[in-house]
Amino acid sequence: MKILVGYKRVVDYNVRIQVKPDGSGVETSGVKLSANPFDDIALEEALRLREKGIASEVVVATIAPADAQAHLRNGLAMGANRAIHLVTNDAIQPLTAARAFLKLIEKEQPQIVILGKQAIDDDCNQTGQMLAALWNRPQATFASKVEVNGGAAKVTREVDAGLETIEVDLPAVITTDLRLNEPRFIKLPDIMKAKSKPLETLQLADLGIASGDTLKTMNYAAPAKRSKGVMVKDAAELVAALKTKGLL
Amino acid sequence: MSKILIIAEHLNGKLNSSTARCVSCAQAIKADAIDVLVLADAPDAIAAEAAKIAGVTKVLTVANAANQHALAAVYAPQIVAAAAGYSHVLAPSTTFGKDLAPRVAALLGVAQVSDVISVIDAHTFTRPIYAGNAIITVQAPADQVLVATVRTASWAAAADGGSAPVEALSLSAELPTHTRFVELAQGSSERPDLQSAGRVVSGGRGVGSAENFAIIFKLADKLGAAVGASRAAVDAGYVPSDLQVGQTGKIIAPELYMAIGISGAIQHLTGIKDAGTIVAINKDGEAPIFEVADIGLVGDLFKIIPELEAALG
Repeated sequence: MKILVGYKRVVDYNVRIQVKPDGSGVETSGVKLSANPFDDIALEEALRLREKGIASEVVVATIAPADAQAHLRNGLAMGANRAIHLVTNDAIQPLTAARAFLKLIEKEQPQIVILGKQAIDDDCNQTGQMLAALWNRPQATFASKVEVNGGAAKVTREVDAGLETIEVDLPAVITTDLRLNEPRFIKLPDIMKAKSKPLETLQLADLGIASGDTLKTMNYAAPAKRSKGVMVKDAAELVAALKTKGLL
Repeated sequence: MSKILIIAEHLNGKLNSSTARCVSCAQAIKADAIDVLVLADAPDAIAAEAAKIAGVTKVLTVANAANQHALAAVYAPQIVAAAAGYSHVLAPSTTFGKDLAPRVAALLGVAQVSDVISVIDAHTFTRPIYAGNAIITVQAPADQVLVATVRTASWAAAADGGSAPVEALSLSAELPTHTRFVELAQGSSERPDLQSAGRVVSGGRGVGSAENFAIIFKLADKLGAAVGASRAAVDAGYVPSDLQVGQTGKIIAPELYMAIGISGAIQHLTGIKDAGTIVAINKDGEAPIFEVADIGLVGDLFKIIPELEAALG
């Protein structure tokens, strides 16, 4: 069984995001870029399924500018067998990403596609669901546990009401939540090994997909700040302050 | 002319308040019609609740045994069939809507606007990105149906007082069997619901253990509050994941939010930025939570909480 993993490069989660003063975007020049944390979890889950003997091959794919090869090498160093780089300079939107991944599915015929539930840059939380719809296959989103048994997977999902378990026939799309697993650290010898693993490069424009990038971002703004409040010295003062505000 | 279809969220035969919050958002779009679609096995009682929301034009129901559980793959083709003639399809930005709406959008071949926090005009909205560290204004094409999810914490629930007609729909949509509900393990429902509660008491890593979390539950019960937790507390196994407040958990807007032993990581603050009054209790006076707290108290939570309970009488 082959597993295809979406592996997006984003601004590292530790970077303090600054909106540019002219509202044209956020400051990304010179900031550290890393794999989307949810995608690291997606890759880890795929690797574990391979280690259990359920999957035989793990392919990581990204849609990114030409300089993202090192990012894919990271995915290979973590343990993926192969990588596919769909090259574009545009920051594409989820519908386009889903259409591009559908092309990869047609080419690779994976039984499971694992994506992060959302990317921590645009926070859309759409691509996996859109891909499953276009593929006309099941989706198991926000997964915190995945069990594959033959032609189906039992997936426990983190939902607002608690933990929901669904069963999906394969092939299917799974999107990861935070508590699915803890991604492994990359070891130095694996970085060396990754250099010789296959990395295929395709131009996104050559896939022949229609762009779904129909949303126009007009402006970027910093969020409204909450102003700093008052400090109280003990529980009695706290209760008094809450009473003053009419909250008790 | 805007005609809006809102996908009702419900569980165990009860309408979720997220639906009335979507109605508020729809009203901001200045729609000519706001219809609510209830997909369920037995939609009547749910539809009756939706019909009472002020501002709703019409409630549409689709009764089908396959709709007993909210499976996106099953709901989506029905919504696509029902969406003909509508300019907008809205769903709440809860796990229900986040799972479902993109599947609907993709079937319709359109983009989706996620997490609408304000409406500028019928096709222009603001939404947060980078965990709420930036707010973008985004414009969708006016010549396509617009699918969006509504960040429920940013919208007050539309009040009751309506009496919309209820109409049963029969849709011809082929429903898949490749996705099957197995079970839902729900947390305790004795306490107020975290997403709609007026008061929330949350504990963080500073609480120290699952056993110690009893002190948070006790204070919450005294205040009639729901209980929440930081990601650190959930990751450490103190409480189940459905209590998590923050960017990747629940985004809430209670009148009173008490953060106890929570340092205030940005992703947690994103989940409470619309709260009325934030109270922080933490032993570290430098914790970032104090930057956003309306009332801060530095000290040992295990000493302060019992004093607080005593002071509450």
